[in-house]
Amino acid sequence: MAPPSAKRTGFSRRAQYGVFIGYVAAASGVVVGLVLVLLSFFNPPVFAAFRSAVAEATTPISSGLAGLRRAATSPGSLADYFGGADKIRELRTQLAREHAIVTRARMINAENRRLRALLRIRDIEVTPVVAARLVSSTASSTRRFATLNAGRRQGVEPGMPVRGPEGLIGRVIETGFNSARVLLLIDAESIVPVRRTRDNLPAIASGRGDGQLDIRSAGSANAPFQRGDTFVTSGTGGLYPPNIPVARVTQSARDAAPGRMLADPDSLDFALVQRPFRPAPLPERPAAP
Amino acid sequence: MRAPRPSKFDAPPTERRRIAVASAAIMVGSLVTLVPLVATVPFLPPFGLLMLLAFRLRDPELFPSWGPLPLGLFDDLVSGQPFGSAMALWTLIYIAIDMIDHRLVWRGFWQDWFIAGGAVTFCLLGMRLFAAPLGAPVTTPVLLQAAVGVALYPLAARIAAGIDERRRRAR
Repeated sequence: MAPPSAKRTGFSRRAQYGVFIGYVAAASGVVVGLVLVLLSFFNPPVFAAFRSAVAEATTPISSGLAGLRRAATSPGSLADYFGGADKIRELRTQLAREHAIVTRARMINAENRRLRALLRIRDIEVTPVVAARLVSSTASSTRRFATLNAGRRQGVEPGMPVRGPEGLIGRVIETGFNSARVLLLIDAESIVPVRRTRDNLPAIASGRGDGQLDIRSAGSANAPFQRGDTFVTSGTGGLYPPNIPVARVTQSARDAAPGRMLADPDSLDFALVQRPFRPAPLPERPAAP
Repeated sequence: MRAPRPSKFDAPPTERRRIAVASAAIMVGSLVTLVPLVATVPFLPPFGLLMLLAFRLRDPELFPSWGPLPLGLFDDLVSGQPFGSAMALWTLIYIAIDMIDHRLVWRGFWQDWFIAGGAVTFCLLGMRLFAAPLGAPVTTPVLLQAAVGVALYPLAARIAAGIDERRRRAR
C-alpha cells in the first residue's frame, strides 16, 4: 500500500495553502532557472565569479586525486624488462645509423640560423606563463571544459592558449585565484584558425562536441583533404601562436573533414599556459633627416 | 492498523538532520565530476540527479516541492552546464513526479526505475538543448550517457536506502 502523502491535503485549508505555495515557489524557481540559462547563453562569463569561487574549493581535491592517479600508474609495464638486452642492442645500431642524419640536421639548423639573421627576421619569444596540470573536467556535461590547477596568482588570464607537449589543448576562459577553466578544442563552441603543414592551405578547426574536430577549408572552395593531413595553428586572429600542432584528418573528404586532436588532454603530463600571440608590430621607418 | 502520520508539532528533531544528510549525499553526487579524468566525450551520468531521484522516490515528503532548486543551483556551479539549467530541469522533474504520484495508486521498484529512467533521459536531452548548438553531433554520446544513468539508478537507490537505514539503526 502506498504510504499516505502530505501532498494529498484532504480538506485542511492550511495544508492546501502550504502545498499550493510550495508549487508556486517551485514554478517560479523554474522560470528563474530558465532566465538564468538565457542570461548565460547571451553573456557566458556572467556567473564566472560564482563558478570559480566553488572551483577554488574543489580544485585542490581534484589535484590530490590526480596525484594519486599519477602515482598509481607507472609509465612503463613489467614486460619492458624482458628482452632488455636485445632492445638495447637494437637501439645502438639505430643510433649509429641515424648519426649521419643528425649531423646533417645540425648543419641545416646552423645554416638556417645564419640565413634568418641575414634576413633580420624577428622571432617572437614564446615564454610560457606557467606549467600546470589539467586535473579534472566536466565529464557529465555536454560542454567540454577542463580545470587547470593554476590561476590568477600564477599569472593565468582569460584568453591565454594552453598547449601540451603534443599540441594545442585549448584556451583559458575563466580564472579563479588558484584555478582556471579551460575550453578544450573539442568543445562545440571552440574555433581555431589553422593551416595545413604541407601546402599552407588555410582552414578552420572547430569542435564537434563528440570528441572530434571538424576541419573546414577557409580559402579555396572544394579543397581536398586527405587522411593523415596535419594541421597547425596559423596565428591568424592573434590569439594562438603559430605552428602549434592541432589536428590530423581521419577521413579523406572535400571541403570539410573530420579530424582528431593531436594533444591528449587526459595524458598525465603538464599543460603549458602561454601568452596570447599578437602579430609583431610593423618595423618603424627611419625618420627622414 | 496504520500508525497516524506525525504532525509538524511533534516532528522529531532528526528530520532536519535527515534533510541535511540527503542534501549532502546529492551534493557529493554532483561532485563526482572531480575525478581526475579529462573526458573527450560526456560519459559520467548525472549522479546528483540520480541521488535526488532515489531519495524522492523513496520518500515523497523528504524535500518540499521547491527542494531541488538549491540542489540544482549547486550542481550548475560544478557541472559546467549553463547556469540555471539543472535548477529548472530538476524542479520540472520533481513537479512531474508529484503529478505521477498523484495518479498512481501504487508503485514498486520497477516503476521507480522506469520513472527515474525517463527523468534522467529528459534531463540530459534538455541539458543538451541548452548547452550545445542544435547542429552539433552530440546527441549520440548524450543518449549513451543516459543509458549509463538508467543502468546506475539501482545503485543510487541502494545508496539512498543504505543512508536511510543507517540513520534508523542509529536512532
